[in-house]
Amino acid sequence: MSLEGALAANRFGLGAKPGEIDEASRDPKTWLRNQLVRGEDSPRLGSLSSTSELATQLVKQQQLRQAKDKDALKTFLMQARQTYLREMAARFLVGFETEAPLHERLVRFWSNHFAVSTQKPQCALFVGAFEREAIRPHVTGRFSDMVLAAERHPAMQLYLDNAQSIGPDSLAGQRSGKGRNENLGREILELHTLGVEGGYTQDDVIALANILTGWSVDRGPGPAGPAGPVARMIHTAMGSEAENGFRFYPPRHEPGAKTLLGRRYEEGYRGGVQALTDLAQHRATARHIATKLATHFIADNPPEDSVKRIETAFRDSGGDLMKVYETIIDDPAAWRPEPAKFRSPVEYVTAAMRIAGGDRLAALDEKTVGPFMQSARAMGEMPFAAPSPQGWPDVADSWTGSDAVLQRVEWANAAALKLGVQSDPAALADAALGPFLNPDTRTQIARAASPAQGLALLFASPEFQRR
Amino acid sequence: MLTRRTFLHAGIACGALAFSGVHARLAFAALPDDRRFIVVILRGALDGLAAVPAHGDPDYASLRGTLALPQTGPNAPIDLDGLFGLHPSLHNLAEMWRDKELAIFHNVATPYRDRSHFDAQNVLETGGTAPHRLHDGWLNRALTPLALDTGNGALAVASSPPLLLDGSSHVTSWMPSRMPAPDEEYLARISMLYAKDPVLGAALKQALATRATANAAMHDSAGGPMPMQNGQGYGPIMPMMEGAGRILAAADGPRVGVFDIGGWDTHSNQGAGDGQLGRRLMMLDESLAALKTALGPAWKKTAIVAASEFGRTVAVNGTGGTDHGTGGIAFLFGGAVAGGTIHAEWSGLKPSALKDGRDLPAKTDTRAIFKTALADHLRIAKQTLDEKIFPDSSGVLAVRDLIRS
Repeated sequence: MSLEGALAANRFGLGAKPGEIDEASRDPKTWLRNQLVRGEDSPRLGSLSSTSELATQLVKQQQLRQAKDKDALKTFLMQARQTYLREMAARFLVGFETEAPLHERLVRFWSNHFAVSTQKPQCALFVGAFEREAIRPHVTGRFSDMVLAAERHPAMQLYLDNAQSIGPDSLAGQRSGKGRNENLGREILELHTLGVEGGYTQDDVIALANILTGWSVDRGPGPAGPAGPVARMIHTAMGSEAENGFRFYPPRHEPGAKTLLGRRYEEGYRGGVQALTDLAQHRATARHIATKLATHFIADNPPEDSVKRIETAFRDSGGDLMKVYETIIDDPAAWRPEPAKFRSPVEYVTAAMRIAGGDRLAALDEKTVGPFMQSARAMGEMPFAAPSPQGWPDVADSWTGSDAVLQRVEWANAAALKLGVQSDPAALADAALGPFLNPDTRTQIARAASPAQGLALLFASPEFQRR
Repeated sequence: MLTRRTFLHAGIACGALAFSGVHARLAFAALPDDRRFIVVILRGALDGLAAVPAHGDPDYASLRGTLALPQTGPNAPIDLDGLFGLHPSLHNLAEMWRDKELAIFHNVATPYRDRSHFDAQNVLETGGTAPHRLHDGWLNRALTPLALDTGNGALAVASSPPLLLDGSSHVTSWMPSRMPAPDEEYLARISMLYAKDPVLGAALKQALATRATANAAMHDSAGGPMPMQNGQGYGPIMPMMEGAGRILAAADGPRVGVFDIGGWDTHSNQGAGDGQLGRRLMMLDESLAALKTALGPAWKKTAIVAASEFGRTVAVNGTGGTDHGTGGIAFLFGGAVAGGTIHAEWSGLKPSALKDGRDLPAKTDTRAIFKTALADHLRIAKQTLDEKIFPDSSGVLAVRDLIRS
């Protein structure tokens, strides 16, 4: 077991499974690169509902609500709850089992970068599908494709209120008196692409919000679709687009060209695609993304040299994410032996289950996922429920408050008791941490009052909390 | 930030009396007659005109559209002075107003004038003049002159302290726990494992001390559990406020508390009287009443400021909500407050009176309200406030006569 092998499994991955550090130690960088090529194709992910099926369900749900069909609505909402729990179980399980942990870390990084959240209950139906269908397919592709997929997805359209945003001078706006919502436009600029220092103004926020009017959740061509000759003409002029739960509604789109960051964008759906593509490749975006990735993988305050290298790789490749990850894997700062990062609660639970969960976890499903959800909630990081569009924080400060630390100590104890004894906890500690296991910690684990207590000490140990 | 500083700090303090009761009690002596100070961060930009409607303004009904409260019926505002009222969900705050324990500030904003939540929250919490210039919270800096900086002095009701209370001074945090308590022997072994880890070691020590205070506060003198209020329907805020109220009331408990309450970013379907925001305000109001009850006699020595990072647009937006604005609302309340006043410098709701034709203007600096409590309630010297707690703020003056002498 080499130092680099342990770093590959823990700093870049989700925590070593038994034998993983040995495997990674043979050639740590190749082990990591192979994961990016291979990706994750767990059958659990394939069995879940597609976004378009869920969009159809949303329409049905709204029809039932309007018809005041309480019984049918109740059955329907219970099914929606099951959908959510199945997504949650799959999310935990893939983390516990994956053989491509770096790939999975990146899925979660991007899913957090483009945070959508069940804090807005309308999104709950879509949050799992968002990660699977808007983030996952683009994790090793181009950043601009991920931006497009994320902004178009119903989860994002609903979370940041664009689904209901209507151009004030559009046909629908004129008829209904309803108007634009600038939330998505603002957060795309501030959080998803340029970053808050990216040099945009309130006028740019409004321009982007106007550009994105008409983008919404697919409710069929329906009442907002072509009705009457004027609407049909608008459709023909602006183009229409509907795919996997997304639909562009031309009658809601603010007419006319818009100017964003000094560039002109034609009216219609294509103008929006062009605007997002340009934002995704903007210089400020390269800087913003590089800083976030370096903070995630290297240190809470990453070295400027590292950020610069990642930024350059992003910019020179036009946002080719594989090139960006190669740069991080090759960055000497990412291989410094001092564990610079503190595991987030979900990373922490995942690492514990990877080393000690055993085969029983494979049965995890919507009926048995509850305890994991409660643990994550108690420690402060419930999957799919970020507190704001900014996503979960990514620095130790946010997870090391005194009560947070005690919650982990309590969880370690409860989890170890529940897992029961499977093998020698000191041997598990070696397999989990390799050369990073402090000899004093190892002695404490070996001398524990019971194997369960030994396992709890491993989970709670300072070296297991960090990566 | 905190981690690295705590590192150094804890390294120095560990061998000393940093966490001992003696030290803590000495420290509290610096605070005049056991005063408590609480900050409630209303994170996400509370709509000031929803919480405190200007229902007497001639333009209120037309601009607010579907968000305007009716003038009569159960959803009508609780009138305060003919111009302003309180949202009907805020009936406990209305009672405090009648008891002259609540002062209301309208048209409030930090020095920040753009519309990013995260930058605005950064300014609100650091007490700076621009985002990301300062790296610790103003309330953390205030702990030093109050001699409350040893860990037990200030409580964040959160698993980890928000930026407002984050910095080089030690603080503690507490949340109602959902996990079974581990046995003493396990905790002793963990403490040994953490002995050489400044971050985890200091945090665990602090958490166990606070948990002990909490346990004592939740039990009566005979050791039986004291029943909590039935908070059913009021969400997780009520058990947090009730529990923390008891901890803050304890003789050896913390003197400063911070709550971090989100859920105010109402871009769509905000509702008027009993809508989405109305329900959230009701949860807050009932929880604040539970906090008052839990504080018991300590309520008379308590001042609380509730504030948000900015306000929201005056007019209803296209989706039945409001967008990010400028001037917002802040409340100063508690048994130590000489209230029953509203501070608005109202210039009406005509577009010409609004910032950029859309937002309530900024008339009172949020720091002035914080300073009011820090200067008159906690007796921190003006120079310290102007230079250390809120740097470059000598022009921002505390509002006089709002704290009972």
